[in-house]
Amino acid sequence: MKYICLGYINEKEWESASEKEQQAMMDDCFAYDQELIRNGHFVGGEALQPSRNAATLRWRNGKVAVTDGPFAETKEQIGGIMILEATDLNHAIRLLSNHPSMRHLRERGCWEIRPAADLEGLVAESEQRRGG
Amino acid sequence: MENSREHISQTLDAIYRKEARAVFATLVRLLGDFDLAEDALQDAFKAALEQWSEQGVPSNPRAWLVSTGRFKAIDRLRRQSRFDWLQVDQLRQMEADTTDLSKQIDKEIEDDVLRLIFTCCHPALPPETRTAMTLREVCNLTTEEIARAFLVAPATIAQRIVRGKAKIREAKIPFEVPQQHELPERLETVLQVIYLVFNEGYYASSGTTLTRVDLSSEAIRLGRLLHELLPDTEVKGLLALMLLHESRRSARATPAGDFILLEDQDRSLWDREMIREGLALVEQAFSFKPPGSYALQAAIAALHAQADRYEETDWPQIVALYTMLLRINPSPVIELNRAIAIAMREGPEAGLRQIDAILARGELTDYHLAHSARAELCRKAGRIAEARDSWERALALSKQEPERRFIQRKLAELDRNGYD
Repeated sequence: MKYICLGYINEKEWESASEKEQQAMMDDCFAYDQELIRNGHFVGGEALQPSRNAATLRWRNGKVAVTDGPFAETKEQIGGIMILEATDLNHAIRLLSNHPSMRHLRERGCWEIRPAADLEGLVAESEQRRGG
Repeated sequence: MENSREHISQTLDAIYRKEARAVFATLVRLLGDFDLAEDALQDAFKAALEQWSEQGVPSNPRAWLVSTGRFKAIDRLRRQSRFDWLQVDQLRQMEADTTDLSKQIDKEIEDDVLRLIFTCCHPALPPETRTAMTLREVCNLTTEEIARAFLVAPATIAQRIVRGKAKIREAKIPFEVPQQHELPERLETVLQVIYLVFNEGYYASSGTTLTRVDLSSEAIRLGRLLHELLPDTEVKGLLALMLLHESRRSARATPAGDFILLEDQDRSLWDREMIREGLALVEQAFSFKPPGSYALQAAIAALHAQADRYEETDWPQIVALYTMLLRINPSPVIELNRAIAIAMREGPEAGLRQIDAILARGELTDYHLAHSARAELCRKAGRIAEARDSWERALALSKQEPERRFIQRKLAELDRNGYD
């Protein structure tokens, strides 16, 4: 089963970390990503640019309105996403507990695990409706 | 004669009380679904009532019930599978699984109960859901009983359980006992659930108790079950703690439901059998080093239980245990309790200095027991006006009726003999 992991980070605090600290985290994280790939647990993932580079789209007055910044102004922003293949939630928790970002970020971030929704049945029904 | 329907029905009642949850736990493992397992359990007992009257009670009733429950579930799934795509796979897998259930050793079935406990108390479930699910699925209380016990609407409990089961199914929370290295932390949430249930029963407001399930006994039963399955030091500690508190049940309130403080309790009313059991468990828990948080709390309760009179309590030892407890579990409430023990060891002024330091940090200022403790120490120190202020502060913060009556009595006592 797929688990989407949303990595939250306090951008301000992270930017104030020393270069050495940042590099140490990168090195450890990239090495662990390699391990996840080798073991077939890494389905995909990306690190994100800072939230100030985000654009938010909404439906307003009958058309799409684009605004600057992330959807929610909170202390912690999504800094990266990762899709894991795991047998169950406990397995996904174990894989992520060992992620080096956990100990590097300490209180400056957290991971949220969201199980992927299985839409197979809905897709089949929809195809039937659309005459597929 | 032996197999008359009435006789079978009685036998079955006894088996239901003793085995139903174990059978259920194994069915959850085999079927991978709580609702399916619950239906299968009911089907199996219905089938037993019919078949055992004719064919006699099988040699291994539990294995018979599990096996029958599984076949009934497969029947159910087969009937539904036309409509439900997801269950076709599940059905095939189940039919392919040819485990001979009669060969299952008891240990495996015990493990199923343990799996059930850890699944219901999974940290990814909201805390209220863990409690509701444990009481429903492990203790077999009805939704209505749980709702009455916690004074909430049955619909609220029902919704928590439905959502909990949905999360277990959809997020795929596995039915397993945590691995060794995860066990201490995962056990912590299980113990929290049991202790919360116990405390809910212990501090339940009086008056409605007649219609409420006795949560304290339920928690002790659950603690015993867990201890049987997993005799860990902290499980021993929690069970001991609950038994030692429970031993004072008949001494800690008047027939009218008014609180009686530890120092004023008639110690001859304490349940000696429970104390004996609790003390033995504390000793076992302390043979593991270092002792955990529940073991330390139990040891403190044990020292109270061993004192024939309040004045004879081993206060220096209690202060030392609170100090150890604070080291592993820093909390202002524990600090408050330590301050009270210090007052007993060194006099009220020493305790007051500690309590005032906690309050000065801005902690516990809204905690009525901090003000009650301060009031009592002020009275003992002869600072009557301050005692009155603190009781009034406690009264303003207290919400439980018996507690409010207690504080009002204390205020009246100050008026009567405060200035002598």
